[in-house]
Amino acid sequence: MKVKMLSRNPDSYVRETKLDLQRVPRNYDPTLHPFEVPREYVRALNATKLERVFAKPFLASLDGHRDGVSCLAKHPKSLATVLSGACDGEVRIWNLTKRKCIRMIQAHEGFVRGICTRFCGTSFFTVGDDKTVKQWKMDGPSYGEEEEPLHTILGKTVYTGIDHHWKEAVFATCGQQVDIWDEQRTSPICSMTWGFDSISSVKFNPIETFLLGSCASDRNIVLYDMRQATPLKKVILDMRTNTICWNPMEAFIFTAANEDYNLYTFDMRALDTPLMIHMDHVSAVLDVDYSPTGKDFVSASFDKSIRIFPVDKSRSREVYHTKRMQHVICVKWTSDSKYIMCGSDEMNIRLWKANASEKLGVLTSREKAATDYNQRLKEKFQHHPHIKRISRHRHLPKSIYSQIQEQRIMKEARRRKELNRIKHSKPGSVQRVSEKKKRVVAVVK
Amino acid sequence: METVPKLGNNVPPKKDKLQGKKKKPWERRSPGPQRSLSGAQDPFAGPAPVPVAVVQKFCRIDKSKKLPRSETKIRSRLEAAEAQEEEISVKAARSELLLAEEPGFLEGENGEDTAKICQADIVEAVDIASAAKHFDLNLRQFGPYRLNYSRTGRHLAFGGRRGHVAALDWVTKKLMCEINVMEAVRDIRFLHSEALLAVAQNRWLHIYDNQGIELHCIRRCDRITRLEFLPFHFLLATASETGFLTYLDVSVGKIVAALNARAGRLNIMTQNPYNAVIHLGHSNGTVSLWSPAMKEPLAKILCHRGAVRAVAVDSTGTHMATSGLDHQLKIFDLRGTFQPLSARTLPQGAGHLAFSQRGLLAAGTGDVVNIWAGQGKASPPSLEQPYLTHRLSGHVHGLQFCPFEDVLGVGHSGGITSMLAPGAAEPNFDGLESNPYRSRKQRQEWEVKALLEKVPAELICLDPRALAEVDVISLEQEKKERLERLGYDPGTKPPFQPKPKQKGRSSTASLVKRKRKVMDEEHRDKVRQSLEQQPQKQEKAKPMGARPSALDRFVR
Repeated sequence: MKVKMLSRNPDSYVRETKLDLQRVPRNYDPTLHPFEVPREYVRALNATKLERVFAKPFLASLDGHRDGVSCLAKHPKSLATVLSGACDGEVRIWNLTKRKCIRMIQAHEGFVRGICTRFCGTSFFTVGDDKTVKQWKMDGPSYGEEEEPLHTILGKTVYTGIDHHWKEAVFATCGQQVDIWDEQRTSPICSMTWGFDSISSVKFNPIETFLLGSCASDRNIVLYDMRQATPLKKVILDMRTNTICWNPMEAFIFTAANEDYNLYTFDMRALDTPLMIHMDHVSAVLDVDYSPTGKDFVSASFDKSIRIFPVDKSRSREVYHTKRMQHVICVKWTSDSKYIMCGSDEMNIRLWKANASEKLGVLTSREKAATDYNQRLKEKFQHHPHIKRISRHRHLPKSIYSQIQEQRIMKEARRRKELNRIKHSKPGSVQRVSEKKKRVVAVVK
Repeated sequence: METVPKLGNNVPPKKDKLQGKKKKPWERRSPGPQRSLSGAQDPFAGPAPVPVAVVQKFCRIDKSKKLPRSETKIRSRLEAAEAQEEEISVKAARSELLLAEEPGFLEGENGEDTAKICQADIVEAVDIASAAKHFDLNLRQFGPYRLNYSRTGRHLAFGGRRGHVAALDWVTKKLMCEINVMEAVRDIRFLHSEALLAVAQNRWLHIYDNQGIELHCIRRCDRITRLEFLPFHFLLATASETGFLTYLDVSVGKIVAALNARAGRLNIMTQNPYNAVIHLGHSNGTVSLWSPAMKEPLAKILCHRGAVRAVAVDSTGTHMATSGLDHQLKIFDLRGTFQPLSARTLPQGAGHLAFSQRGLLAAGTGDVVNIWAGQGKASPPSLEQPYLTHRLSGHVHGLQFCPFEDVLGVGHSGGITSMLAPGAAEPNFDGLESNPYRSRKQRQEWEVKALLEKVPAELICLDPRALAEVDVISLEQEKKERLERLGYDPGTKPPFQPKPKQKGRSSTASLVKRKRKVMDEEHRDKVRQSLEQQPQKQEKAKPMGARPSALDRFVR
């Protein structure tokens, strides 16, 4: 007879000394791991609950301005530096790691309407209510020197916004018309305009760097081509757009922050329908900024909250609010896609985490593995009702909450009336227009 | 492949090799084999082949189920998930190379019948360590014994009918505790680890520490005949003489469900390790399947012509073996049709049945134990010829295969016997699930993690993968169930209450007038709805009869 018994040598299963690692042999056979799905479900439930427990996004508040913060700008080369302009003409440069103001400049008399940094990071530009454009050095004045702008340009009309080209020594301002300036000249190289109303903001495309977009008071968004020095096309919406922001990963996508409480993501090539309407705010949306990954963006609104939206979804995934934060005027996402800065009416700039329950700092490899595993579990079971309920739960201030209920009732009423109109009229006489198409009034080439 | 590598003696030839990646039609027309700089050809071109059976083991998506038509985005995502699963299962199959141990075997040479080989011969032929695993404990004084191995297979607990309870590490023969509980012991089970023991005594259920200290006496569970512990749910299922099946959650100490089985005295119980369903055997020949979430059995299977004497389910939950008073031993298919696969008449009915991890079936008939083996791990044991037999010094009262050792433990009226059964156990354990060589620290960590991922009792059902399936229950079905469960529909509006107004506008007459107005409005809505439904019904009625008949006037 031939016989062999299963016999294990304990030496290959038990460690030799206390200083060795324990040996853990693995066998991935599914019969040895029963109840895979229910156990994963329980782990996903625990992970979702812990995510809510650890969701503490507020990091710091930068105090110092003496009037509401009207604009923010990021330093292109230094993650820890941020520039802010206030409504009393003061510009401050902050260090985010020390959370202190490192430099203060009285830049303008009146509001600082726009601030932008040069792509090399050595200087920045500001425009204000005193019809001037000023260029300043990024390093402070050395000992004995006065705080003086490098360059001042006096204009005839008030400038309301400024943006610098991503690669060349060119910047654009907007006011009555869009002006493209060369840094060496005191008069614009070209002025473009389409329509008779004032233009509130202008933005250069980070990828196709010759493209610009601007928002005007007559409810339109105009796209310009700098090489041909002409406007390309414009789209007219129902209400005025406050700002637009280009997607840093997709060359032709931009998001517009509109007064009708929504944000519209457009594809530049087909402006007749927005790609997505992002609805969650209960008051005018004032500013929008994309994450460097191009997958999310953050929006600041007149209702005292900021919301983070994924690009492909119409609902926000996160809302940040504080009792002390009043109307949020400007918002920026830092270049390492980890933090969000917002400047508000009550003179404070707040720093938040982009992922509310993320652990900051260096993670060990085990922590990273555990975080990745939990993230994947949450994604796998995100549609199950208990898990969905827990992960969606956010506390909202009473004003926003009651506004949401009211607006839901109003939307329901409008929808019901529309359905009734269709039901009680001759079939085919009332056309059903999709929600998305309804928002765009016209596209003009 | 031109050449096939030489195979050893015991390894069966591999059939149906599967290449690493499925080739698309245009890729098959690839250029000739790779030539290196020296001009030599790689004789084993392409990725190494992997046996199909192993790859199938790791596939979890049931491709035969048809999904309802859904959006393109969802369908494309499901297709991507299926493609990813194929790739991953091939990778997992390759990782089987790293498994260190091989299963045991026993083969007779020259047509020798393995059933005629006695234990003494096997003990002589194997190495010392394995020979030491065969031992006999002669304990005639304290009655027939029932035994239980802990989940890692390292510890053994046994209890005698006259109250002798002991727990020991049977590999090192180190005794953990030995007490006499001064009462009849009907059944004994380890809880989640070797630290706790549950003993079903004559009157109540007692929980002991492994040092013999009595921790709990649970008086709600009285006159228990059988115990089963569901390890991933931390539930102790008890079957009592009063006909109740009680589930006790040992992590929080609550009775989760006490189900009345309505079948008289319950004394045959086993669990299905695949889906944690409890199988109860009854005296009318049926086996019923129970889950703590439902008051009625999940299923009832008619197995035998007389009473059922023993039930056992294998570790993958595919086969159930039952034996009855009609001297039959039957194997049923549990996944799919609940039909008997094979049957065998025994000269004497088998009072105890047990499955091993690799699918061997042990049956205790009187004082003889028979073991049957199957072809491979997945096939049911063939009942034609037994694989091993052994005669004991007393009648069998308890039978269990040791989890990761080739050993069958038998409790009988003469004590405990540990007999050798080569090829019974899974050779490669997973260190994170049950590790027989774990240290105290590892046990503590494992216990905490197991408690954190304890599965709630409501999730026990026939298909444990139900949560990962696409949900196709419609909204109507949900509403109906909610109505049944709550007795009323929470979605309906409460009856209209007119708001009390000031300045005399809230007199009785005006309240009645307002109520009437709302009632009339609702009545009008209902009439409008019924008018809308009428033309739909007329449309439905039209295509029914091709030729008009006189009875059409009675069609609704």
